[in-house]
Amino acid sequence: MSEQVHGRQAHEIDVAPGEEEHGSLGSRVLGYSLGLALAILLTATSFFIAGTDLVWQPSIPVAIVVLAIAQMGVHIVFFLHITTGPDNTNNVLALAFGLLIVFLVVGGSIWIMDHLNHNMMPMDQLMQMQR
Amino acid sequence: MSAVEMAHGHADPHHLHPVEHEGPAPKRIVTGFGFWIFLLSDIVMFSCFFATYAVLAGQTNGGPSGAQLFDLKNVAIETALLLLSSFTCGMASIAADLRNFLWFQVSMAVTAVLGAGFLVLEAIEFIDLVERGAGPSRSAFLSSFFSLVGCHGLHVTAGILWLLTMMAQVVAKGFRADIQRRILCFALFWHALDIIWVAVFSVVYLLGSAA
Repeated sequence: MSEQVHGRQAHEIDVAPGEEEHGSLGSRVLGYSLGLALAILLTATSFFIAGTDLVWQPSIPVAIVVLAIAQMGVHIVFFLHITTGPDNTNNVLALAFGLLIVFLVVGGSIWIMDHLNHNMMPMDQLMQMQR
Repeated sequence: MSAVEMAHGHADPHHLHPVEHEGPAPKRIVTGFGFWIFLLSDIVMFSCFFATYAVLAGQTNGGPSGAQLFDLKNVAIETALLLLSSFTCGMASIAADLRNFLWFQVSMAVTAVLGAGFLVLEAIEFIDLVERGAGPSRSAFLSSFFSLVGCHGLHVTAGILWLLTMMAQVVAKGFRADIQRRILCFALFWHALDIIWVAVFSVVYLLGSAA
């Protein structure tokens, strides 16, 4: 137990974002390689899905969005090293808050503008009325 | 379990027994966390550009749509370049931690070349679009397209300038603690740009071509 405890520097209670738990050179290179392989796989799938006739067409946009979110997750875990460990709480909470704002801005804009488009009179009729 | 172990929190990962006199966090953690907050606000700014694009993507004003304009082969090469540069940037972070001068400079140089290749392809694409009469003033769709993708391109440009600065600073000052903190922040910045590019190629190019 105490060997493990003193393996890390005594004052490191939290880790900075982007900082890995101190592993060996091999395991760290392997981590980045695994991230790269997963990212290439997801990207290739995305590009393949976008141009194929093999799948049901309305499912394509959903698939592209899901693959993109998965790939962002891969980048966050393998490249930015944001994990759910107890020493990473601050980084994860900041990320969660950022995602909340992103969701509100993007989702809210699309939702509101879509309804606005539906409820607004077509532009040419509007022009007629103003004459 | 000694009091020392308690104080350092390893035997108590959930900090159920807070100890007084813990002191401020080390500067590397504070700097990294502060930069992480900046990156998240940068991502929030990008989300506004994405929202604008999503709302205006159909407003072509009789002009060309995304499906008619985008060349997915070009986008695939751009994506590959940026993805590989993220990997070499990770290698540079490892080399910096190990204080390996040669590997650090080689990895950073490869990262810079890959990033510059991305920018060249993007510039060629933009020039081609303008020459075909599909410049940013053609329609609301193209205005939002050039704002969003151009903003990412500007970030990559700034990132390459920062990267070259770090290479020079390591030559001039070595792997000092303050230089190491800057390298940490640069790596965060570069990886974040790659994450934003994932959103760009999915939402703008792939969804734009599919629709």
